[in-house]
Amino acid sequence: MIKVEQINKSFGKVKAVDNISFEVAESENLILLGTSGCGKTTTLKMINRLIEPTSGNIFINGQNILEQPPEELRRGIGYVLQNNGLFPHYTVAENIAVVPQLLKWDKKQTDKRIHELLEKLHLDRSYLNVYPKELSGGQQQRVGLARALVADPPVLLMDEPFGALDNVTRAKIQAEFKALDELKRKTIIMVTHDVLEAFELGDRICLMDKGKIVQCGTPAELLFHPKNDFVSGFLKEQRLQLEFRAIKAPQPPPNGGEVPDMSLWAALEQFKYDGSKKENQAEFEQLMSAFYQYKRGQPHE
Amino acid sequence: MNEQQQTLWGFMWQQSDKLLTQTLQHIGLTFISLFLAVLIGLPLGILIARKAKLSGTVLGIAGVLQTIPSIALLGFMIPLLGIGPKPAIVALLLYALLPIIRNTYTGITGVDAAIKEAAVAMGMTKGQILTKVELPLSMPVILAGIRTATVINVGVATLASYIAAGGLGEFIFGGISLNNTNMILAGAIPAALLAILFDFLLSRVQHLNLKKLKTATAALPLLLILLSSFYFIPNAYGSKLTAGFTPEFMGRQDGNLGLQTKYGLKIHTIVISDAVMYKAAYEKQLDVISGYSTDGRLKAYDLVVLRDDKGIFPPYYAAPVVRADALKKFPDLEKTLNLLSGKINDSIMTELNYRTDYLHQSPERVAKDFLTANNLWKPARNGNAGTVRIGSKIFGEQYILANMYSMLIKGYTGYDATTKTGLGGTKICFDALTNDQIDFYPEYTGTGLLAILQPPAKTVDSLGGDKDKTYNYVQTGFQKKYNIKWLKPIGFNNAYALMMRQKQAKVLNIKTITDLKRYLESK
Repeated sequence: MIKVEQINKSFGKVKAVDNISFEVAESENLILLGTSGCGKTTTLKMINRLIEPTSGNIFINGQNILEQPPEELRRGIGYVLQNNGLFPHYTVAENIAVVPQLLKWDKKQTDKRIHELLEKLHLDRSYLNVYPKELSGGQQQRVGLARALVADPPVLLMDEPFGALDNVTRAKIQAEFKALDELKRKTIIMVTHDVLEAFELGDRICLMDKGKIVQCGTPAELLFHPKNDFVSGFLKEQRLQLEFRAIKAPQPPPNGGEVPDMSLWAALEQFKYDGSKKENQAEFEQLMSAFYQYKRGQPHE
Repeated sequence: MNEQQQTLWGFMWQQSDKLLTQTLQHIGLTFISLFLAVLIGLPLGILIARKAKLSGTVLGIAGVLQTIPSIALLGFMIPLLGIGPKPAIVALLLYALLPIIRNTYTGITGVDAAIKEAAVAMGMTKGQILTKVELPLSMPVILAGIRTATVINVGVATLASYIAAGGLGEFIFGGISLNNTNMILAGAIPAALLAILFDFLLSRVQHLNLKKLKTATAALPLLLILLSSFYFIPNAYGSKLTAGFTPEFMGRQDGNLGLQTKYGLKIHTIVISDAVMYKAAYEKQLDVISGYSTDGRLKAYDLVVLRDDKGIFPPYYAAPVVRADALKKFPDLEKTLNLLSGKINDSIMTELNYRTDYLHQSPERVAKDFLTANNLWKPARNGNAGTVRIGSKIFGEQYILANMYSMLIKGYTGYDATTKTGLGGTKICFDALTNDQIDFYPEYTGTGLLAILQPPAKTVDSLGGDKDKTYNYVQTGFQKKYNIKWLKPIGFNNAYALMMRQKQAKVLNIKTITDLKRYLESK
């Protein structure tokens, strides 16, 4: 779907992005992870040409984006910013309708789509004629997401989308984000410096440092087959939490529920409220043994 | 105080036609120039917001324009654009540019980078980003710039009357020349009210909420054009010849008022400053002007004085007016000042004025040459028995006289002398004298009579334009009322006069003011 080939970006003498290549499969969620200044945001912004690469090529669906008119390219890519970037002089409805307006949709179609998205993102209709500054941070971020999704673009770029939120709001929005069916079909590239978020939301993670990709792989690959000390060092702090997130719950899930693909962490989270019940005890032990089993199967660090 | 207010209202009521015309012209001038300034300043501001390299240069130039004194800027405009509204509008436009360019630049560069990035990332083109995001978001800042420019323009537009562009300055400067406080206030109060009103209205627009701001921004150009058109409303009449009169002449009984009542003269008149009037007549932008009979430019520009056959211009014999306590303080002063008495007649004065006004010789040199030729000049004694302060009005003749007096005082007495030249108009000069800012200045009998003493019309008529009667009347009047003494007349009579280009007067066969009236009424 998206193919990045040996791109470089220099700002004067500083090499911000140094010969990076990666591919993102359709409806995959790729995370660019790293500390600030590692070049992850620059890489992201080159995909919708907010920044032009010094050299290299980027293909979306086999088409070289550098040969496309940039405005047209961007209208087909959703973009979510850290501080939402909502237009303060536009109402919520007008903000969401920006891209449809550029694409010259008729009003009825736009309105229908806006209402659909509001429902999916748990935003009340009464917010439509309200200005962004009257909303809470979480609501603003939802509107920002709605604006990016409104034209149903196949590709979504997200620059630290939850970075400016408080912990409680962030956890809530992350959960909604994971549950949103609309996002499951999309090819997403997301930038974050938050390791837990990367493990929670990413199908694959590219860990970056000093403008280069250090390792690209699934969360489990990064955790249990780190390429070098930098990778293991980067993940060391919250190791246990990460392991729970990286390891898949045994199939079928212990309680026979319908959730087919769930991390161990997510499975454990289901005990949050009814952990006191007796029958859960057995399931809990089941999960734990699955965890040990997986661990034993891995080469020891 | 109550009586004063009464007469102010009376004056405004009596002059309400003129007041309305001037107010409309004032609003018109302000907004034509403002409209043009927005047309130029807004794109320039946008340009320098895009090309940061240009910003220093453009803001620098606009800043320099802003620092040029307004009178000087108007002066620069005359050789390029002549007189009338054109140079006034251009000058006002230049003043309005800086706040508009600067605020547009500040507004646009101040838009949050994240919002601009979002706009780009949504797929907006550069034009769409400008019109949909940058301009709306910077509108409050841009409006603040327009607001500043408006207030500046309302103020500077008062000066437009100096170059025949009309506006409330006609009353203000006419009033200053005529020593008529009511007239000054009749111009100054509406001008101040206009500034306050527009400032208030624009502040309301500036603080509208975002939704209403969109409508207001769309309505603003229309409103600007509407207000601009005010300027043209009063100009819908004309006549065969155009007269240019100074603001002072416009309001005087022995000026335009007399021309209207005694001669019944009806001529299309514009108000213009003395400084550019002669040149404008020479360049055929004006046909009839109100000048002074001893003015050097009369000779320089080949103009001819129309005979005042009904005698409405009273004699204007020049003589120093001195505060009585200054004469007491400087006992040698009177004797010294009288050295000049009877030495300068009309043609000598015209010649001297010609040398300063047209040949651009310094008044100091002209004064010294004259004194030397008449064996009056003596080297300065550098005395230190006190300093005599000499005043003068703001034209060449007065500069020459002030310099002569200064040299005489320094040469014949033990006093030192300083000159305070360029006191604009009779009122300022006379107030300086009564308030002990100067000790004496050369004044004219007619001015003393009509502008300062302002006796009832009957008294003026009884003097019958007689030279000696007028002199005696002002001498006793000043003594009684202000304790100021008129010394002996210098000799020349710098009376008001109507003048035309010699050639045109010959062709039209106009020799007297009655001839002029007859010509205007023919056909």
